[in-house]
Amino acid sequence: MALLEAHDVNVAYEPSRGQRIWSVRDVDLTLEQGEFVGLVGESGCGKTTLGYALTRMLRPPARLESGVICFDGVDIGSMHGEELRRQRRNGFALVLQSGMNALNPVRTIAHHFGDIMKAHARPGDDVTATGIRRRGAELLDSVRLDSGVLGRFPHELSGGMRQRVSIALALALEPRMIVFDEPTTALDVIVQQAVMATIKDLQRERGFSAILISHDLGMVLEVTDRVMVMYAGRIVEDQPARDLAHGLHHPYTEALLNCYADPRADVVRLGGIPGTPPDLSLPQAGCSFTPRCPLAEDICRAADPPLSPLGLGRAACYVRARAGHVEMEASSVQ
Amino acid sequence: MSSDLSPDLDGRAVSVPPGSSVPALTVTGVSKVYRVRGRERKTVTAVDDVSFTVAPGAAVGLVGASGSGKSTLAKMITGSERPTAGSITFGDVAVGRLRTGGLRKLHHQVQMVFQDPYGALNPLHTAEYTVMRPCQNFLGMSAGQARQRAAELLETVGLTPPSQFAAKLPHQLSGGQRQRVVIARALACDPGLIVADEPISMLDVSLRAGVLKLLAELRRERGLSLLYITHDLLSARVITDEIIVLNFGRVVERGPTKQVLQHPRDSYTTQLLDAVPNPFAADGAGSPAVRSRT
Repeated sequence: MALLEAHDVNVAYEPSRGQRIWSVRDVDLTLEQGEFVGLVGESGCGKTTLGYALTRMLRPPARLESGVICFDGVDIGSMHGEELRRQRRNGFALVLQSGMNALNPVRTIAHHFGDIMKAHARPGDDVTATGIRRRGAELLDSVRLDSGVLGRFPHELSGGMRQRVSIALALALEPRMIVFDEPTTALDVIVQQAVMATIKDLQRERGFSAILISHDLGMVLEVTDRVMVMYAGRIVEDQPARDLAHGLHHPYTEALLNCYADPRADVVRLGGIPGTPPDLSLPQAGCSFTPRCPLAEDICRAADPPLSPLGLGRAACYVRARAGHVEMEASSVQ
Repeated sequence: MSSDLSPDLDGRAVSVPPGSSVPALTVTGVSKVYRVRGRERKTVTAVDDVSFTVAPGAAVGLVGASGSGKSTLAKMITGSERPTAGSITFGDVAVGRLRTGGLRKLHHQVQMVFQDPYGALNPLHTAEYTVMRPCQNFLGMSAGQARQRAAELLETVGLTPPSQFAAKLPHQLSGGQRQRVVIARALACDPGLIVADEPISMLDVSLRAGVLKLLAELRRERGLSLLYITHDLLSARVITDEIIVLNFGRVVERGPTKQVLQHPRDSYTTQLLDAVPNPFAADGAGSPAVRSRT
């Protein structure tokens, strides 16, 4: 059985009465035990909102409007208060975007570990100062940090170190699923590579399931098993990571891929995606990507395409679905 | 759909405007040492004996990871920090000695585009007002003239039609649009050199090409010199003709961008190259342009 199953998830922000911004629309998603999935899209596509919905971290004005979220067979979508809080131990955790802002500037790192361990302590847990330091040192070691960090304040650490501390904190309750929300956005390329390597190692060693949220498709492809591409609140493509750089895909995925090139190549061409994503407070007619899409046809403006099989995964595009069929027929004729 | 950059930006030599043999910017033996607060008199050398020149109309990349001293250099070039040793001259003005009045004249010539478009704009000022200010301050324009120039500049940076963007506040703009306002403001007083400190690192991958393309066009059309500071070698490759690789404040490698990236001699350059995310590298699928398209 899948560890996480979400069906028909819709999330809306209601910044003022009568105004609704549909940030996540009709999302179906499953996450297997030990699977590492990427969630990719531009700013404002709803990827972070979906990550928060899946870990039940949405706060007003965001609200889970409809949908079922099952974690390990239990419906966590409708849970509240203490019942939900108990799920967080050995359950699901979230690593926030900015390690700097996620830590309390006037508390030492040891204090952060103490906070979590005491809040979720079970009878028999050692939450004395020595117990916390021992466990904290263990967790810091797993993210390749020295135990000396325990006595430091967040401002004494570099950006990469702070991000590693946030990851260690997420590991403290031994979650079976971790959502990483842009864990390396503010870091430079070398530190980013090192932090991602640590995340990948931890995921392999400990076998937790993980969702990596990022706008950087290139980085996500390097570490994940499967990639979901989001556009305007919907998942428009879901493919195995190793398959994504080849073949036909949703035009949006292809456009994202065009934003990358090898800096060592003889001729470097860099693509962008002109235009902006649609306003999600307005009703969407047809495929939301149509205004920016080079392949758009009349049918795209008329109805929203469903996620249908394409290549080894699924994509929500009429034009590509048809091209995919032609390709399959051609190969069966041969 | 992909907005390809023109081939002449591809690391090839760019003709220097005639009659301008004086380098736009000369940095000679510059060092910056910071004293660490506290009892022990510790010091940190952020920049260590760096020399380079930026010719008029040239685009030079300063490349390195965090802590390599590239932003400190930018601060010294724009006059917000003073070098501990060495000299920085712009045309025939020594930047390091300037006081308030001189700095004002310098900023007429040297403008900066910052990393964080969210932090670089006053949240209470409209795009139009932001761009009008330098026109009034540096060019002595009246409000009416400045308003007209602001509209032209917004159009230049691709915020068209300008009337639609003029009254927008920063929070009503996307990250890419905000960065375009920052660029329009930098262009307002017709500077000779733009120092761009990681101008695309906070933007979505999909918006980066657009901003890079804009900077390249401005350079070509206005004969601007560009000092482009980044940790991302892909964007450096696209926009600069020469790069200088910095590590711990020292220059470890320099040369024509294409040559340095294709044949790096320093291990640090190789490390930076390997860290660039590239979905096509692992399996040799080739660049996206090579892939067959329907």
